[in-house]
Amino acid sequence: MTDTAQRAPRTYKDFGQPLWRRILLTREMAIVGLLVIVYLVAALSVRNFAAPITITYLLLDVAAILMIALPMTLIIITGEIDLSVASIVGLSSVVLGTLHQAGLPIEAAGLVAIVVGAIAGAVNGFFITVVGLPSLAVTIGTLALFRGLAVGLLGTTAVTDFTEFWTDLAKSKIPGTPIPSVMILFVVLAIAFAIVLHFTAFGRGIFAIGLSSEAARFSGVNVERTKFILFVLSGAVSALAGIYYTLRFGSARGDNATGLELSVIAAVLLGGVSIFGGRGAIHGVIAGVLLIGILSSALRLANVTSDVINIITGALLVASVVSTSILAWARRRRVGPGVKKGPPAPGQD
Amino acid sequence: MTSIGTAPPPALELSRIAKAFGAVIALTNGTLRLESGSIHALVGENGAGKSTLVKIIAGLYQRDAGEFLLEGHPVDFTSTAAAKAAGIAVIYQEPTLFPDLSVTENIFMGRQPTGALGMIDRRAMHDEALALFERLGVRIDPDRPTLGLSIADQQIIEIAKAISLDAKVLIMDEPTAALSGVEVDRLFAVARSLRDEGRAILFISHRFDEVFSLCDTVTVMRDGAYIATSAIEDTTVDAIVRQMVGRDVTTLFPKTPATIGDDVLVVEGLNQPGVFHDVSFTVRSGEIVALAGLVGAGRSEIARAVFGIDPYSSGTVRVGGQLLRKRKPTAAMAAGIALVPEDRRQQGLVLEASVARNATMAIRRALSRFGLLTTGMENASARIWASRLEVKTNALDTEVGTLSGGNQQKVVLAKWLATDPRVLIVDEPTRGIDVGTKAEVHRLLSELAGQGLAIIMISSELPEVLGMADRVLVVHEGRITADIPRAEATAESVMFAATHSSGEAA
Repeated sequence: MTDTAQRAPRTYKDFGQPLWRRILLTREMAIVGLLVIVYLVAALSVRNFAAPITITYLLLDVAAILMIALPMTLIIITGEIDLSVASIVGLSSVVLGTLHQAGLPIEAAGLVAIVVGAIAGAVNGFFITVVGLPSLAVTIGTLALFRGLAVGLLGTTAVTDFTEFWTDLAKSKIPGTPIPSVMILFVVLAIAFAIVLHFTAFGRGIFAIGLSSEAARFSGVNVERTKFILFVLSGAVSALAGIYYTLRFGSARGDNATGLELSVIAAVLLGGVSIFGGRGAIHGVIAGVLLIGILSSALRLANVTSDVINIITGALLVASVVSTSILAWARRRRVGPGVKKGPPAPGQD
Repeated sequence: MTSIGTAPPPALELSRIAKAFGAVIALTNGTLRLESGSIHALVGENGAGKSTLVKIIAGLYQRDAGEFLLEGHPVDFTSTAAAKAAGIAVIYQEPTLFPDLSVTENIFMGRQPTGALGMIDRRAMHDEALALFERLGVRIDPDRPTLGLSIADQQIIEIAKAISLDAKVLIMDEPTAALSGVEVDRLFAVARSLRDEGRAILFISHRFDEVFSLCDTVTVMRDGAYIATSAIEDTTVDAIVRQMVGRDVTTLFPKTPATIGDDVLVVEGLNQPGVFHDVSFTVRSGEIVALAGLVGAGRSEIARAVFGIDPYSSGTVRVGGQLLRKRKPTAAMAAGIALVPEDRRQQGLVLEASVARNATMAIRRALSRFGLLTTGMENASARIWASRLEVKTNALDTEVGTLSGGNQQKVVLAKWLATDPRVLIVDEPTRGIDVGTKAEVHRLLSELAGQGLAIIMISSELPEVLGMADRVLVVHEGRITADIPRAEATAESVMFAATHSSGEAA
């Protein structure tokens, strides 16, 4: 009874590692560092790469991927996946084009397209959280379903008669810079998603679900509602990206952005998000998207063929995923048994 | 510290084994001497180095220094397969069998007897399994799949496997943690018959009554080092506890009387077909109510249903008169219920998240300001609770999975006490944690009841139930079969109700 009083009160450090280690020695910073290196090497060695026009086109090209990668990051951190995003881009493009052709202004047609995207996301969310099917299976199905709807609605034709104001706006630059205006929209979205993920109770729930959905449930995290919200967000943001995509090319087609989901997922994983869930950060994902964008843009300027570009970006992705596993393995060897298997590491007592 | 005969070499002898993981030193002096035909207990607090020692014996880890002799010959296992081949078998707390394969197939996995043309000889396999079970004196159908077998039966299958491999050294790592009384008796009978066949058995347990009834020798470890080996008749529980903690543990169950107030939790007619039936009980403020009974009687399921994790088909749960919605943990939490679940590693904690994240997980919304939550805010709250419960961790961003079991449990308690609950449900609050922490948990529960909390404690340890509870509710096959006040609660009355379906305890 008396030993409590005899012991000195415990003090706790906030962090076990110094600040610089916690900031610099992360997977995200490794990608940011690689991004800087690749950019510098490309700027110095590839002709025209450093030109402002290259940056403009590069950012216009990756804008849709950047936007969709934000909700995708949150979804993958919960341990789920959304393969239907590119099909929602196509669906949103067709809805926008058809309604605009029928006389609706872009603002109204765009709003409807976003609502349709959110509904598409809710369909995914319903099957995943209410019916309880795995997201991989559900979104493979809706990938085909939404694309089918998009192509079915508009056939093989395209709507191209968009108001010039809007198509120009999609391609415009922030005055005095080579940076496209659409980046403003992206930065606003990125800040919002980063706050939600890293600085809210909802975000804490997202990480907890990815690490242990059972423990999350026992802590009062509403696992189903959280996932449902994320899929709806994914649908809505994909539809927004679809509107941008349509206006930028001035063409609404059912087959717009086919295959884009793989670019998005590849960039998210490259950016340090664990495919097993529970780990990841928004800044890493942004760096991951830009890294793939810069790499392919520089290689294209250097007249490398697209097959070779695919091989290089693919190899980079595999290397990044493998390096994480090797690091985790090395860490386990060093500190003893892993967390998931076996008893806690000894000696803390 | 009796001297042990030296004529034949001991079955297994370890001396001065050391092992470190990076900067973390797990073992400084692992010393153990197992004789054939003996049941040897290995005891020590969590983090004392027992598990590391066992893993070195089993070939899972390699020692950094020290001597390892098997029947007098030095050995160096680089894999678990090598240890197995040399005649060492380890029975873990929770066996890992292939659920869809039959009992026989599990026993002979990877070394099925073959007949003509290299085909598996199913008949020989079946007959040998039957013979093994007969030798062990247990009845398990060798042809049934292992899916659905109790943990006790699964352990027996692991033991059968070990014997069929002719293991000379059997290590049982907390085998009784999840067993009921009858199952423990059967396991002990099996262990004794193996001893009489001349095998050496190492028995690791936190339960002293088991150590004293089963073992003939006991070795105590503390802080990664050997402390003492004694013949069981030369030592006492008090002496062992003193050796384990290096100090006197004053009281293991310091229940202090508390003022019992109004009804806080009222459960009426709770039903879930096949799980629990017509469960009604009340818990008042300041009261510790124990839910006792055999493992699998439905106690945890009742607790989880009250908290809103598990479903129930009819009945009501009220907190302070307010009706709770079914299957809504958030509603239960808002009404002031906290649940420290049975499975700390799966349900209680997010092991890969930090101490601070875990300690604030249940109050993350309340902690947010203008919807925002930062690590600094979490640390400030976690620091208060970590120091109040004396969680042993270096930094608040340490992954909680790297702490010892007792400290992990403290983090779970911190997480729920931070919600300022009115009803605290603790499910096996001291399972697998060391003696010192156990006493701290008991003191804490007693203190909380004194402050007016209504506490439900599920426990499979009778001394804990009898020592802590104001009232004991006994659950048998999903029904509450007895409601015994503290004064009348004895080991006999509780066990009787736990094993007999017709109400009325003796």
